[in-house]
Amino acid sequence: MDSTTNGTRTMTYIEAITDGLRTEMRRDPDVLVMGEDIGGDFGGAFKATQGLEAEFGARRVMNTPMTELAFIGAATGMGLMGLRPVIEVQFADFISTGFDSIVQYAATTHYRWQAPVPWVIRAPADGGIRSGPFHSQNPEAWFVHTPGLKVVAPATPADAKGLLLAAIRDNNPVIYFESKPLYRSLRGEVPEGDRATPIGRARIAREGHHVTVITYGEMVRQALLAADGLAPEITVEVIDLRTLKPLDRDTVTASVRKTGRAVVVHAANRLAGVGAEIAADLGQTSFEYLDAPICRVGGLDVPVPFSPPLEDAYRPGAGDITAAIRETVAY
Amino acid sequence: MTLLPDDLNVDLHYWMRLTRTMDDQLVNLWKQGRGVGTTFNQRGHEAISVGAGMALAPDDVVAPMHRDLGCYLVRGMTPRRLMANQLGRATGVTRGRDSNLHGCGDLSLNLIGFISHLPQSMPVALGAAMSFSYCSEPRVALTFVGDGSSCAGVFHESLNLAAVQRAPFVVVIENNQYAYSTPLHQQMAIDDLAVRASGHGVESRTVDGNDVEEVYRSVKAAVGKARDGGGPTLIEARTMRMLGHAIHDGAEYVPQELLDDWSARDPLLLHEEKLTSRGLVDHEYLARVAEKCREIVDDAVEFAESSEWPDPGTVSDGVYAA
Repeated sequence: MDSTTNGTRTMTYIEAITDGLRTEMRRDPDVLVMGEDIGGDFGGAFKATQGLEAEFGARRVMNTPMTELAFIGAATGMGLMGLRPVIEVQFADFISTGFDSIVQYAATTHYRWQAPVPWVIRAPADGGIRSGPFHSQNPEAWFVHTPGLKVVAPATPADAKGLLLAAIRDNNPVIYFESKPLYRSLRGEVPEGDRATPIGRARIAREGHHVTVITYGEMVRQALLAADGLAPEITVEVIDLRTLKPLDRDTVTASVRKTGRAVVVHAANRLAGVGAEIAADLGQTSFEYLDAPICRVGGLDVPVPFSPPLEDAYRPGAGDITAAIRETVAY
Repeated sequence: MTLLPDDLNVDLHYWMRLTRTMDDQLVNLWKQGRGVGTTFNQRGHEAISVGAGMALAPDDVVAPMHRDLGCYLVRGMTPRRLMANQLGRATGVTRGRDSNLHGCGDLSLNLIGFISHLPQSMPVALGAAMSFSYCSEPRVALTFVGDGSSCAGVFHESLNLAAVQRAPFVVVIENNQYAYSTPLHQQMAIDDLAVRASGHGVESRTVDGNDVEEVYRSVKAAVGKARDGGGPTLIEARTMRMLGHAIHDGAEYVPQELLDDWSARDPLLLHEEKLTSRGLVDHEYLARVAEKCREIVDDAVEFAESSEWPDPGTVSDGVYAA
């Protein structure tokens, strides 16, 4: 972490996650972290929990066996009893191993018998780092499609901390998708203390007039790069959704009605992805405001491939977003 | 083997009789076309659900399943709320959100609601037990699973995690010989389900699930051990599902001889014989209890059938906690 200025600190995205965990564990003795390999000096596959056991003890930093179904289910039981477990699934790809405990049990409990399940799953997601089909996925659409869950996906260090705080304090099961390619490559100002980023509110990451790019996670950085390259000829408004469920439809709709053009971007495969819902919603609510068809940019409908040329062919980036914007503006 | 106290034995009988009466009435209602959706038969399971439920202290937590009507009753869930839930009414436990005994959780009664994906209650109840360790509270969590559940991966994952955590956790397998229509020998290559625990370093035993005293005594011992820091226990309680899986199921696949064998050992009648032979109660008492239970269940049916349906305008209410 770097210098402190005006109540903020410069830190990397992953430092902000650790800072968020530490902040909440200091504030609330009911908060604990659990997952595979997260304890001790090792501190997790990505080191997000390093130092936590030294400060809070093994009771609150719990190494688990390699059994997502059991330990996510156990977190549900802990949550029902009033604790606030934060679960690390080592890679978002492995979340499917605990699927029943999330989408069948935790997600439905409050609707069925009014008992809150206040846990958070931290899911290290996203690719572009040559990790192959099982360490690169973006499975957020599965969970956005599930009633009873909340889903967040921070794009900045400030939101990595702020959304984690909000997720831990929320009385519902929240899946927190963190973007691995941002971990150590993105630095930013992060408020000190315990200021949460409200769940359900998008952010205008950049103002513009000609077109709105709606995206989240690492694709916010790619969209901002594209916008830089197109300015001043084309001014691009970039919306960082921050929360995928519940979606901030109002912010999206207001921006698209202003610019008249929409490009929806995510790294997850495009087919039936979160962007499909956003595009359909805009088509229904804002048809008469649109000057061009809504354009969607996303991953291909293939497993995330390993080899660099193949993964680059799979995964959208600033170049694809630039091309999509040009096409949409030229329509 | 020491006998249980007389008043406890009389209480165990009362809850088993109430369970049987309510279950019989559910079968009647459905046969008369007054049911909604389906209902799961309880006959044969009364000693396990009541005996285990009674062995818990009020602060202990239990996650029953669809054969455990007796446990819900023992824990204080009223026949009115349960019946209204069966009939999908606004006054039911889940306000019409979930069916029959599914989702009949109530934290004020330390009851955790289950989902159809058995045994997914197992890790959840384990998590409750782990929270008691976390908070240094002298409480225990217990859950029920079936013989079918004992084949599932999460059953083994949960036993393993419970052992590693030395959690105050008790699992009762209700081995009723069938998972829906599939007999034990098509589910597993073992005869003794209690051995499933040994590979995880968990203590286990097998008990007669039709003997409510034996169920109570063994669960009480396991709960006491867990409360004293002795870790988890698995108890296999053997019984027979005497009716179909649910009300639609005639269970023609079950050999009649098997039912005949087990019906000679009906858990409720077995206990009534014990009580009378020991001179604790007479037949007049048993008739009075049966009559009282009928009145309670009739009242529950009247309450449920005269209750409002849920307002369709509330369909989206309660998806999220505030």
